[in-house]
Amino acid sequence: MSVATYSPEEKFRLGMLWTDSRYRSTTIQIIALFIVMLLGAYLINNIITNLAALGKDFNFSFLFEPAYYDINQRLIEYNSRSPHWMAAVVGILNTLLVAVLGCILATIIGVIAGVLRLSKNFVISRLMSVYIEVVRNIPLLLQILLLYAIFIEVLPRPRASEPMLDGMVVATNRGFYIPSLVLGETGWIVVATFLASLAAIWGFRRWAHKRQEETGQITPVFLISLAIFLVPTTVVFFALGSPISLETPELKGFNYQGGIHLRNSLVALWLALSIYTGAFIAEIVRSGIQAISKGQTEAAYALGLRPNRTMNLVILPQALRVIIPPLISQFLNLTKNSSLAIAVGYMDVTGTLGGITLNQTGREMECVLLLMAFYLTVSLTISAVMNKYNASVKLKER
Amino acid sequence: MKSNILPVALSAAFGLAAMTAASASTLEEVKERGTLNCGVSTGLAGFSQIDDAGDWQGFDVAVCRAVAAAVLDDPSAVQFVPTTGKTRFTALASGEIDMLARNTTWTFSRDADLKFTFIGVNYYDGQGFMVPKELGVESAKELDGATVCIQTGTTTELNLADYFRKNNMSYEPVPIETNTEARQNYLAGACDVYTTDASGLAASRSSFENPADHVILPEIISKEPLGPLVRHGDNEWEDIVRWTLNSLIIAEEKGITAANADEKKAASTAPGADTEIARLLGAEGEYGAMVGLDNEFALRAIKAVGNYGELFSQNLGEDTKIGLARGLNAQWTDGGLLYAPPFR
Repeated sequence: MSVATYSPEEKFRLGMLWTDSRYRSTTIQIIALFIVMLLGAYLINNIITNLAALGKDFNFSFLFEPAYYDINQRLIEYNSRSPHWMAAVVGILNTLLVAVLGCILATIIGVIAGVLRLSKNFVISRLMSVYIEVVRNIPLLLQILLLYAIFIEVLPRPRASEPMLDGMVVATNRGFYIPSLVLGETGWIVVATFLASLAAIWGFRRWAHKRQEETGQITPVFLISLAIFLVPTTVVFFALGSPISLETPELKGFNYQGGIHLRNSLVALWLALSIYTGAFIAEIVRSGIQAISKGQTEAAYALGLRPNRTMNLVILPQALRVIIPPLISQFLNLTKNSSLAIAVGYMDVTGTLGGITLNQTGREMECVLLLMAFYLTVSLTISAVMNKYNASVKLKER
Repeated sequence: MKSNILPVALSAAFGLAAMTAASASTLEEVKERGTLNCGVSTGLAGFSQIDDAGDWQGFDVAVCRAVAAAVLDDPSAVQFVPTTGKTRFTALASGEIDMLARNTTWTFSRDADLKFTFIGVNYYDGQGFMVPKELGVESAKELDGATVCIQTGTTTELNLADYFRKNNMSYEPVPIETNTEARQNYLAGACDVYTTDASGLAASRSSFENPADHVILPEIISKEPLGPLVRHGDNEWEDIVRWTLNSLIIAEEKGITAANADEKKAASTAPGADTEIARLLGAEGEYGAMVGLDNEFALRAIKAVGNYGELFSQNLGEDTKIGLARGLNAQWTDGGLLYAPPFR
């Protein structure tokens, strides 16, 4: 057996960059970085060459030209003479609308389905399994198209439709109409009262919590909250002579006018996204709950906590730590999946900026880059907000 | 052991950067490939649709076949690429297709800004409105507040916005991608009105179960000169496609049909015969060579698909389900707008 000789004076040779384990990993990293940069340079060069070959320049001035097209669902003032960037903003708001509505509904569906799947009732838990397995394994696009097709084929045409609930709600194959609130002159006072009572409920709950921690006395939180929620607003509302009224949809000409029009494209997309993502969230919730050892439940019972309190005070706070990180990625998925909107003609940002604007101006490169920047920003924002929340519920290590 | 991986990796990386794409002319590319990549619509009765045997048929499809016959001597050597109103221009600009024959309206910005060349007009059209008869609408001016199905990425989308704005009416657009989707939405009553080129409306109506239950309103709100187009920058290819289309139009003017083309060619060199026919069919002159083809390219195109009039009557004419009159699309000698420059 020979002993390796080691001489600290050994001179550095170029070959040692590869043969000597002290330098090798650095060498490999530098090479990797170099290759990545070369690839990047090649792609950029490719873009420039091809744009030049097509005789196209690269600029964003088209955003300030009039768009010349109309958008059906617009949350801000927009008409066909507005510039392209306004059309993009209308699309962005539509994307955010369906993403926010979708995240809320998907969470509700997911939590209910996830908890019910653990139910001891055989039928309910099996039903939830069927829902989760079926929905998770069918492509989302098909589900969106299916819902949309059902809406336009099954629901009645506006003229054949019958308003429900005393004329308040109408379901037609062009969408759902619900009443909108019309604020009278003093209507803002009612709204302010309502907001104030919400704040009061929040303050009261804090106070009750603190009192319980200090003295151990339990205040009947729910009933008092309900009273604060209802009474002042109702009193002010009638005292001012009903300054807020409902505008119900009415059939005029071709369509219903008045009220809020929830287009089929929005409803189909919203429901499909929520049902699909809800199935994934259900599995996340189930795994989160099952991750908490049964000993925790038994210990809570032994202390005399009732089952619902056990769930609220012991299981869920711990389960949330497991649930939040994968939940973030589901929210991100839902937001990005909302770009399937074009399949049902929902004018999200992919439909306006990445669809009609791109097509009418021929600015593919610019539009797609802007779109990518938008989705990246939204995804990173959601991620940052949820990570912040995660940090607040995660195990505090001291 | 000494390793040579480092120099290999480096040279591979440089090699990648040094790679450049050689660009051949479209004609050479098509000949080498052996097929013509032609963009058509995803399905519009009479213009481009797949028949029961799985073959593409229609008025626009025939233009592709004529070019394939002229260039490759085989009208079936066409790879049809179905495109929507949205994807068509990207497909052409990126080189995925060699030409686009998809009821595309010739406009200034498509010509100048999108960098395409319209090689002519194969159908003079205008935008119209179709409504169910039961609505009792007789004029487009009565459409205030209506829900309108509209194909996105088209000029009709912009015309519609302009028309309703000009007449101070409101409407609710339902954007859709393809004619099939439009049909589904319109027949289900999800929109009151379907608007597109009048020929497209007639074509769609012909495929309904009860065409008589639907009316096309009298207003034509725009000029829609529809024609095939190619990319900017390859003038030889542009000339080939342009003169293939012109040949079909001249053939009708001169009474040359798919059936009698060979006869006409043989007779064209006789004393007293029309010399334009001789030039067109390759009996005289070296016209084909000027565009990099042989002299019989027009003859092959005509024999493959027939002249313009034959194409029209087979695909769109009054004897078909679509039942369009020649109207503006008659020859100039019959008071129409079809006027091909002389083959000389």
